[in-house]
Amino acid sequence: MEHTQTLQLYGTAGVRYNVGAMTRSDVQLMLDVKAGDEASFNLLLQKYRTPLVNFLYRMVRNTGTAEDLAQEVFLRVYRARKQYSPSAKFTTWLFRIATNLALNSLRDNRYRQMDVSIDAPVEEDAAPLQLPARELRIDEKMIERDRSEFIRRAIAALPEKQRVAVLLHKYEEMDYGEIAKILECSESALKSLLFRAYETLRVQLAPLVSQSVANRAREGRPS
Amino acid sequence: MKKCEDVSKQLIAYLDRRANSAERHEVEEHLAACSACHQRAEDFRKLWGVLDEVPLVEPSLGFDARIRARIAEEPRRGWLGWLVPQPRLAFAMALLLALSVWMAKLPREGNVAGTEQQDFEAIKDLGVLENYDVLSKFDALSEVPVEAAPADQQAQPVNPANDQQPATEE
Repeated sequence: MEHTQTLQLYGTAGVRYNVGAMTRSDVQLMLDVKAGDEASFNLLLQKYRTPLVNFLYRMVRNTGTAEDLAQEVFLRVYRARKQYSPSAKFTTWLFRIATNLALNSLRDNRYRQMDVSIDAPVEEDAAPLQLPARELRIDEKMIERDRSEFIRRAIAALPEKQRVAVLLHKYEEMDYGEIAKILECSESALKSLLFRAYETLRVQLAPLVSQSVANRAREGRPS
Repeated sequence: MKKCEDVSKQLIAYLDRRANSAERHEVEEHLAACSACHQRAEDFRKLWGVLDEVPLVEPSLGFDARIRARIAEEPRRGWLGWLVPQPRLAFAMALLLALSVWMAKLPREGNVAGTEQQDFEAIKDLGVLENYDVLSKFDALSEVPVEAAPADQQAQPVNPANDQQPATEE
């Protein structure tokens, strides 16, 4: 069958898409789900589970919560299948549900594990962001893990709307129109929002940015 | 040439290659003249490389099984489902039906109305009966045969015209 191919593509942000599910458009798949085709729902599930879990994980910073929320998103899509009409892109609809659920989850304070504030730049009791000193020469994996955590925390420290904008722009590679619809703002407002968010990250992650340049120079790669 | 704050809105679209040619030209012109914005643009490019370092989180192995199990638990609609689309609505309908049956078993309100009608019939001529003047001049009553009355009442005249008691009482 055409849609059972296992070949996978990697986007620039590392999000993996299932090629089999891409042979039919998302809208067509969803219309098939509406008509009662459960296999089409499974294709959408395969295609979007990883991007969705990662988006939600970057929002709530807890894998268990991210998975629970992703399950809820798919369940809502399934429940709404009879009312589905292809008035917008499927991903706009999908990530809008995901964004609302993530923001509600954060606002409801249900998930106390979160150690970075939503609105404030950094919560008072959160440990200060500290970049592990390269000269310590500890295990490379540990440094890499700490770098990732440092980046995640910087993203999580962004105000929620800026965070959603960065995640959808950088990791989901959505176009401005789509992100603006999800965030219910104008494209012009979105561009300002993105600029402010990246400006904050540029300051927060300045040590990493300069380090990456230094590393590249050491390895003889162009920056 | 555009100001820094005007270019800031276009800078991201310029860097991710989504700006149109006019916008691109404006940004390039500004970057060539403004070292601060030029540095910022370079930093943004490097920043995006840094953001790519974050590894992906894979969903747990049981993710698909869990969602399929939850979907399997979803109520399936039969032909009756179209008539009763919501469980809450079905409950409300059942409740309404039960209430109707209970109301039907209550004593009928019509009996009360019937009693009222009988009472009205009984008293509708009461005004005439109580009107002494009418009754005293009502000759037809004198033709009513006298019935056997109790001993203490036999001496009393039947014709109310001769009965002065109501008048003296007034």
